[in-house]
Amino acid sequence: MNNVAMIISKRLGLGVLTMFMVSVIIFLAVNMLPGDFAQALLGQSATPEAVAAIRKDLGLDKPFYTRYFDWLVGVLQFDFGTSFAKANFSSYGGTSAAANFGTVADQIAPRFANTLFLAGVTAAIAVPLSLTIGVLAALYRYSIFDRIANISTLTSISSPEFFVAYVLILLLAVLSPVFPSLSNIHDGMDFATKLQKTMLPALTLTLVVTAHMMRMTRAAIINLLASPYIEMARLKGLSPFRIIVFHALPNALAPIINVIALNLAYLITGVVVVEVVFVYPGVGQLFVDSVKIRDIPVVQACCLVFAAAYISLNLLADVMSILSNPRLRLPK
Amino acid sequence: MSSSELLVKIRDLQIDGIADETRSRIINNVDLDLHRGEVLGLIGESGAGKSTLGLAAMGFTRDGCEIVGGSVEFDGIDLVGATPDVRRQLLGKRIAYVAQSAAASFNPAHKIINQHAEAPLFHGMSSRAEAEADAIDLYSRLRLPNPDEIGFRYPHQVSGGQLQRAMTAMAMSCRPDLIIFDEPTTALDVTTQIEVLVAIREIVEQFQTAAIYITHDLAVVAQMADRVKVLLRGDEVEEADTRTMLQSPREEYTKSLWAVRSFERPQKPLAAKTATPVISLRNVTAAYGNNDPVVRDVSFDIHEGRTVAVVGESGSGKSTTARCITGLLPPRTGEIAFQNQVLPADYRNRSVEQLRQVQMIYQMADTALNPRKKIGEIIGRPVEFYLGLKGAEKRRRVEKLLEQIELEPSEFINRLPSELSGGQKQRIGIARALAAEPKFIICDEVTSALDQLVAEGILKLLTNLQEEMKLSYMLITHDLSTVKAIADEVVVMKDGRIVEAGPKDEMFTPPHHEYTDLLLSSVPEMDPDWLDELLKQRGADNLGDAAVSKM
Repeated sequence: MNNVAMIISKRLGLGVLTMFMVSVIIFLAVNMLPGDFAQALLGQSATPEAVAAIRKDLGLDKPFYTRYFDWLVGVLQFDFGTSFAKANFSSYGGTSAAANFGTVADQIAPRFANTLFLAGVTAAIAVPLSLTIGVLAALYRYSIFDRIANISTLTSISSPEFFVAYVLILLLAVLSPVFPSLSNIHDGMDFATKLQKTMLPALTLTLVVTAHMMRMTRAAIINLLASPYIEMARLKGLSPFRIIVFHALPNALAPIINVIALNLAYLITGVVVVEVVFVYPGVGQLFVDSVKIRDIPVVQACCLVFAAAYISLNLLADVMSILSNPRLRLPK
Repeated sequence: MSSSELLVKIRDLQIDGIADETRSRIINNVDLDLHRGEVLGLIGESGAGKSTLGLAAMGFTRDGCEIVGGSVEFDGIDLVGATPDVRRQLLGKRIAYVAQSAAASFNPAHKIINQHAEAPLFHGMSSRAEAEADAIDLYSRLRLPNPDEIGFRYPHQVSGGQLQRAMTAMAMSCRPDLIIFDEPTTALDVTTQIEVLVAIREIVEQFQTAAIYITHDLAVVAQMADRVKVLLRGDEVEEADTRTMLQSPREEYTKSLWAVRSFERPQKPLAAKTATPVISLRNVTAAYGNNDPVVRDVSFDIHEGRTVAVVGESGSGKSTTARCITGLLPPRTGEIAFQNQVLPADYRNRSVEQLRQVQMIYQMADTALNPRKKIGEIIGRPVEFYLGLKGAEKRRRVEKLLEQIELEPSEFINRLPSELSGGQKQRIGIARALAAEPKFIICDEVTSALDQLVAEGILKLLTNLQEEMKLSYMLITHDLSTVKAIADEVVVMKDGRIVEAGPKDEMFTPPHHEYTDLLLSSVPEMDPDWLDELLKQRGADNLGDAAVSKM
């Protein structure tokens, strides 16, 4: 196990380093966005004095490296700063920008919880589904089932997300009203209601991510079928199902886990369109809104959360790939 | 023993291989009879159809092969026409298979004993506990170390020879009537090979199992089989009981197989004491990364026009020594000198002239040639790089080289490696090394992937080239018959050290270092009684790994 601990701590270290570099890139990129919050708020006819006043109020007049380190120190303490949009009201009220208005963390936390809920529901459907279809497609390769599975998953991944979403709304909300077409969930709801409201966006996302995972499962298994140990299993007279599930699948796990991780990361960071269609209160919408009004602290925090999700999911995938391989888990 | 009872009856079998829409005949009207408790040896070169025929006896064909005619009967059951279900009920249970590479044929994801118990459980022969107890019993019969514990390891935690015995145990798990052994010792070192051979023979005798033993090694088949069938490109050449076959083969082809082992070039006189060696290693110690050294304090000289064979088992440091000489792996300490001039340790610091003098020929000609380059380009590249020849001059030089390796230039210069046979590819590898006009060539197991007849051709070619050009060779090999054939001096390595070194004739006459002795005595001989004699001499517990670890 020593070996594994070593590999994992190395990956963790690299993950932290990546996070740091991502934070620099985020900060630079966001600050290179044209225009700033003060101008966006006051409009084109604003006087330079008014713009300067707001900029000073928000600390935007300080040199950018000072702002970066202020921000970084805050982030390390889980303080993502104060949303400009909320701070703004305080400046009209005559108090300083740092007054006790909603922090970015307060703003993002519930949204992020919703995003995780949607991603979790989707993953709970999509991962077992695509693994099952993938295994069956490998088992009955080149059969009618295999072809239909390939064609239908490819069709759904090739269609735009909003189109898939509207087709599902038409089928499951309008023609046969099983699920509500609006997914405006909030804290007070009980789990069942929440689940029901989340079902349509979750199904949409399932259709989007299944193809990738299912095809990787199928390909990774078929890739192994020519190996000598599969031939050995066949020569032991085992059934095709047992050969695939017991002999091929465990050795195909590493690539499958990696594709699953990539898709889960996508579910957390890439679901803006689906959120908009279903009015789902996730991070994606907040992110887009914040970019529109140049609310820099929120944009930065969202980027950082997305990056952290990506990195930690990939890290998890790496660790699971290592654990799934006895040769790495138990060195000689 | 009811030896008259026919277990396998193959009649007029025809199998086609289908690749890229073209069919070719792999097995051509072959008959085969196997009685209960009998061992039949199948021999032939690669491509002779041995494995295909062996698998067909199980009613199994690999992807891309198809039985197009004839019949296969196992104990009265027609396997060709049988449904997959019927076949599956026989496979593993009444017919078992032992593959060439146990390392590749054990599933890396599961413990050995779970794979062992799989067939008995799946076929409903016994409970898990019974199957595991039986596995442990078989492991101890096969003299595996720690039989109680070894099965609970993963395949990668067990050595190659032990895995091969574990696989034989696995084949025995349902006490089958028939086992197909498909080159079970080809991938093993000579000392390890013996313990596997003994294990297989004992277990087959104990349980009165019939077996088909596939191999290209005649000396091995002489120890293992009651009868021998010789195949050539899908045709049966002849079949006879083992002793008759060894003493008086009828067919020309069989005789030529037997004759291979007789090629032997006499040892050249020793180099003068004052002569400058072409290559000398001085106290070379080398390691990969920060690990323990794999080569320790190795020194030897190679003189002009002479061949030094470096022998030893896998992991003894032979190839690492070669990597040090080429500069691919700079040694940790020690130095390498070319004609008394010390070479820079790292090849990147060597001049083109220094690089030119040391060339290499690789074991796997398949992977050592770029599959997308034509032969002319493959040989032309070192001609241009080292000698600076271009255009027509370069082409003339390439043609000359092709002539030297006995391939017709006009026919081969525009071919791709995939259009050549294994032996021809190895010749191209030789031509590529010659293109640099070196003084010294390292031959790394150059014949071990080749059939014996083809290998003999390569060895003869190397010998002729040496005569013509005063070349010096370092011959890395684990095959002592190759050493006998072309070496002048021998260096025996074990665990990174030289245990014995000297002229060939001395090496092959006693007394030896005990390790050399073990190596020499482990090479199977054509005498069918050889293994019995050896067992009598050494005792069953003093073979292979056990004997090595006692040193």
